[in-house]
Amino acid sequence: MSREIRYREALREAIAEEMERDPRVFIMGEEVGRYQGAYKVTEGLFDRFGDKRVVDAPIAENGFAGIGVGAAMVGLRPIIEFMTWNFSAVAFDQILSNAAKVRQMSGGQFSCPIVFRGPNGSARQVGSQHSQSMEGFYAHVPGLKVVAPAFPRDAKGLLKAAIRDDNPVCFFESETLYSMKGEVPDPSEGDLLVEIGKANVCHEGSDVTIVSWSRITHVALEAAKLLAAEGISAEIVDLRSLRPLDEETILESVRKTHRAVVAHEGWPYGSVGAEVVDRIQRLGFDDLDAPVLRVTGMDVPMPYNARLEQHCLPQPAAIVSACKKVLYLE
Amino acid sequence: MFRAPMSEDQDELLRLYGQMQRIRRVEEECARAYAQGKIGGFLHLYIGQESVGVGAIAALRPDDYVIGTYRDHGLAMAKGMPARAVLAELFGKATGCSQGLGGSMHLFDAEHHMLGGYGIVGGHIPLAAGVAYASKYQGNGRVTLCFFGEGSVTIGSFHEALSLAALWKLPIVFICENNEYSMGTPLARSLSLEDVSQKALGYAMARDRFFARDVLEVKARIGEAVTRAREESEPTLVEVRTYRFRGHSMSDPGKYRTPEEIEAQKKLDPLQKARDALVAVLGEEKLAALDAEIEAETADAVKHAEEAPEPSPDILEPTTYVGEFAR
Repeated sequence: MSREIRYREALREAIAEEMERDPRVFIMGEEVGRYQGAYKVTEGLFDRFGDKRVVDAPIAENGFAGIGVGAAMVGLRPIIEFMTWNFSAVAFDQILSNAAKVRQMSGGQFSCPIVFRGPNGSARQVGSQHSQSMEGFYAHVPGLKVVAPAFPRDAKGLLKAAIRDDNPVCFFESETLYSMKGEVPDPSEGDLLVEIGKANVCHEGSDVTIVSWSRITHVALEAAKLLAAEGISAEIVDLRSLRPLDEETILESVRKTHRAVVAHEGWPYGSVGAEVVDRIQRLGFDDLDAPVLRVTGMDVPMPYNARLEQHCLPQPAAIVSACKKVLYLE
Repeated sequence: MFRAPMSEDQDELLRLYGQMQRIRRVEEECARAYAQGKIGGFLHLYIGQESVGVGAIAALRPDDYVIGTYRDHGLAMAKGMPARAVLAELFGKATGCSQGLGGSMHLFDAEHHMLGGYGIVGGHIPLAAGVAYASKYQGNGRVTLCFFGEGSVTIGSFHEALSLAALWKLPIVFICENNEYSMGTPLARSLSLEDVSQKALGYAMARDRFFARDVLEVKARIGEAVTRAREESEPTLVEVRTYRFRGHSMSDPGKYRTPEEIEAQKKLDPLQKARDALVAVLGEEKLAALDAEIEAETADAVKHAEEAPEPSPDILEPTTYVGEFAR
């Protein structure tokens, strides 16, 4: 039996179920406990699990991210919440130099089973320092896994899988998705686990493939509706995992449609989107009937002004236009 | 000649002298191998500072944890890592502690709870606090010793880690090995105060400060902080004044200090001091025999490192991820 719950509730269920299952799991971050979470993801967890396992941290991302890494090395399974991924920049050294390296530096003697999570990307007029899509920085790093679910069901199943993973996992959510509702199986049906590294075709089509993740998958769905009205059938591959990247699902779709557009919110230069394009052209060259195009956030810091902000973000119309270009209709 | 029977202290001094001498001899061989091109990359020697790591680690239980910086050979050996594993690692060989993937700066030994040397100044201090956090969470009574130089005191991660360790009352001892120079910059040009231990005051943390001239005193003083950590779950910042006889690394021309300064410091060498004290009680012959034994061990470790096989590229992916490689 499925029920409709919000994205933030799906995340909360994942955390609570894993904390219930495994006493090594704890969550630490700013305002995660008594305040009930800056975005209410952890609402109720403090009352249920207490201050040993739902830990309010002061504003010290470098400090508490490092605490998580050290604790993970000696047997705990920390979930470190960043109030937003923008703030992870001051903890970048802990993730890049410690979490992602400790297994290699120790010749495989130690590992780092930790989840770093929080909202990512734009959140309506919060300005340049609070609107960044950070996933590309982390997907670049061997030693890390990176996931960015678009739907409540995937958010829950992937977070549970991330907590159980023996590697560091960077988990990207979105402030603009937290209130979105979706079908999620009832916990009574058993553990909902979504395998890290598997994309999902969330909308089937035959004329063009759109590859996207996180919030932009919903923009792609809007675009698919507009295209359908013009008789164009778009297929959407929702990546869910950015590292590892599910080449096979992407290529299977491209073999069917022969055309691809990659859409994401982050900047274009050296992004995950660029990586996806490389793989499509390299591994699916003979199946392509047009160059692969990208629709990305604009290559500037995010402006505050509401209209300019929307101007910088990928819109359904831009995805429609790119799809028409790869179909040589524009 | 009449000799007084060995006291417990003399027994311990002999044991710790042996450790210090082993470390020094291994590191002298490292310097030689580096000059011969057998060791690559960076090489930061502990020569002159051995009494700090050896004395401090002598105050621990075997299951306690040690974490350090890139100047980590002495810490790893004092924590129990065999000389063979150290030298093989520096030679980049498969039998090294990290299979030749880590090198001089990253000595890890899970069996002996040596949680590594780290190359980003200060970056390991929050991580060490996390290890102590886990000990408190798990209730296993273990204490973490976190070593760093006074050069780490100027970077933010030091302060965040101390702030959190004090706030959450973590069982950890922060040991600042103040060797007077952060690379080539003297303390007076990198810190606004001379007494580094005062940094603890702002975090309402216990502190201590002393010179590392006597390895037994190091053990006793660090022992007080270890007891505070184990029994009261309270952290301590300890500033141990020491001196490195070699450069910051092998590429250091050392123009920032005079030969006279170094010679004066060498006269205070805690290793030599320990040896002199032992010779006075046990006689030169006994110490010479121990030195010869260490000499043979060191030669064996060098030979082992030279002859050990190179690691295979096959280990690169499995040591990056647990399970399937995430590409």
